[in-house]
Amino acid sequence: MKSPLGTGAAAYRAVAPAADRGSGIAFDGVSVAYGGVTVLEALTLTVNPGEIVALIGPSGSGKTTALRAVAGFVQPATGRIRIGTRDVTDVPPHDRNIGMVVQNYALFPHMRVDENVAFGLRARKAASALVAARVPEALAMVGMAAYARRFPRELSGGQQQRVAIARALAIKPQVLLLDEPLSALDAQIRRSMLDELARLHRELPDLTVLYVTHDQIEALTLADRIGIMRDGKLVAFGPAQALYRHPPNRFAAEFLGRANLLPVTGLEPAADGMARVRFGDVALTARNHHALPAGDECLLCVRPHDVHVEPHADTDNTLVAVVRSIQWQGDTQSVELALGEHVLRLACPPRLTLPGIGDPLPLHFRGTQATLVPVGAALG
Amino acid sequence: MRSGSAGAWVLPPLLLLALLFFYPLLLIVREALGGDGQVPGLAHFGEVLGSRMFRSALWNTMVIAALSTVGCLVLGFVLSVLLAFTPFPGSRMVARLIDTFIALPTFLVALAFTFIYGSAGMINETFVHVLGVARPPVDFLYSQWGVILSEITVYTPFVMRPLLATFSQLDPAQIEVASSLGARALTIVRRIIFPAALPALIAGGSLCLLLTVNEFGIVLFIGAKDVITLPLLVYDLAIQQFDYASACIIAVVNIVLSLGLYTVYRFVLARYGRRRAGLV
Ligand SMILES: Nc1ncnc2c1ncn2[C@@H]1O[C@H](COP(=O)(O)OP(=O)(O)OP(=O)(O)O)[C@@H](O)[C@H]1O
Ligand SMILES: [Mg+2]
Repeated sequence: MKSPLGTGAAAYRAVAPAADRGSGIAFDGVSVAYGGVTVLEALTLTVNPGEIVALIGPSGSGKTTALRAVAGFVQPATGRIRIGTRDVTDVPPHDRNIGMVVQNYALFPHMRVDENVAFGLRARKAASALVAARVPEALAMVGMAAYARRFPRELSGGQQQRVAIARALAIKPQVLLLDEPLSALDAQIRRSMLDELARLHRELPDLTVLYVTHDQIEALTLADRIGIMRDGKLVAFGPAQALYRHPPNRFAAEFLGRANLLPVTGLEPAADGMARVRFGDVALTARNHHALPAGDECLLCVRPHDVHVEPHADTDNTLVAVVRSIQWQGDTQSVELALGEHVLRLACPPRLTLPGIGDPLPLHFRGTQATLVPVGAALG
Repeated sequence: MRSGSAGAWVLPPLLLLALLFFYPLLLIVREALGGDGQVPGLAHFGEVLGSRMFRSALWNTMVIAALSTVGCLVLGFVLSVLLAFTPFPGSRMVARLIDTFIALPTFLVALAFTFIYGSAGMINETFVHVLGVARPPVDFLYSQWGVILSEITVYTPFVMRPLLATFSQLDPAQIEVASSLGARALTIVRRIIFPAALPALIAGGSLCLLLTVNEFGIVLFIGAKDVITLPLLVYDLAIQQFDYASACIIAVVNIVLSLGLYTVYRFVLARYGRRRAGLV
């Protein structure tokens, strides 16, 4: 399928004023309270120019609130917010030069597609020649040039979302704020929109994006860095891969790609950043990425697809667990096992023959594919 | 129930309806056309409709109705926008309070206004007694302006009710997106809120027009000598001068005017849908 994105991006970049290139977003100790209840607590986070940062977290964790603080729709009780070099904490929303896309698109229903896209330029009193040039560009960029004269109600959900993105980009915002932009779309369209957002960002590498979602796939696919929120606090923040491989705490490990977490004791640092630990009577090795001290109690984190049934020549970690359930999911089998009182999940190839429920199953994983996570740490 | 027997069931209520509503109307029309089953007297019709008395009443009715409706629309829109989009503590209470005005008899406002703006009302009393002004300085009440002010006060809630219903359905994200795109408050009102309100404004406005064309109590209570509207003229001719024929002719004009406006009102509701007009 030929992507509709990209056609207008070169032209779009050509008219971008040099001054607009790359402004980051900086939260500096931002707290927000509603009626005495703190829903965002001393958030400090920087989105670098041209970077995509995803904020993920369970419902009610304060992701939207953080985004609305950048847009100027909630006033922080404490802290400052900067866009580029400008402190916008006390700047009204209409003066912040922000592009915003929300979950339900919020297109203006009585305006045609091109009027929707032109809205921001008109509101800023742009010359009509500029409007006439910019609107088709923005529409071409999202592959909606052919729909310029339609009304929003005459478009599908995915098409409405493209128009909402074009409308946000038409004003050449310093930063783009996206609040669960794909969650109203069905799974298949969501997948292709995700690819197109990624392509759009390759076409507009200077665009700084703050992306709120509760979908970890979206975050891992798009984001350079991911922030994980819980109860109004940022509990983990870092490059997407690093956060996935070496979660700094239990919550991050469980929220970003379900991890197996085994409580281990008697940490002994070893060579090459590895460490030996004990799980009950069993000796295991894992990466000690967070440089936990000797003798520490911690959690051993291993992803379900890194746990294997067939033995490897160099596996140093062996466990025997009891099969509790097997779910065949097409491209994988998801197996739940009991390891004493602990639950262990593994994902194995679909054709592998497994023992029945209640039977013991020997398991292996590589120490280099497991990592040690501190217990009770807030932010790693 | 089978559809065949439905006809029989519907007949008695229909007859009752006809007897209660359409028979009196028919009597008026018959009376207007000359009465007593004689050959319709179109000559008298022309005579009444051509008279200065009728034309001035028609003019008064239309001017008062039009100005009152415009006033209701402007005031109703401004108040509704303030109540819906700049919520202050108690704004819901205020909206409810304004809503209860719909329940009050219309002439009460005219009565209240005489206490405030009348020649012996609070304002004039203050001027005469406290400030020593010779004659009551505020005397707009006993003119068409008094009628219009009263009608605006009474009928603005009829515009606000559909407007507030519409605004409560307007996605706040639209307003937020608009302001993030650089639109200030007035631009948002003009380009987002007003277009959304248009069906409700048209519906509320035609309802206002309908009600103000037929307003009787307020005009009577204000009792300005030179403010004679069609309903007042009908009353005057029939009750004071016993000229039933002329009264009925004017009543027919009033009915036609009302039905015309009512048709417009229904048409607007159908065109935009009850939901969008805020009259769920
Ligand atoms: N206008 C408001 N008034 C009062 N409380 C609010 C308001 N908006 C949000 N909250 C509260 O603030 C907390 C954080 O809300 P927020 O919308 O930021 O969560 P979220 O992480 O975006 O969740 P979701 O994934 O469900 O969208 C919630 O507990 C919510 O109830
Ligand atoms: Mg949210």
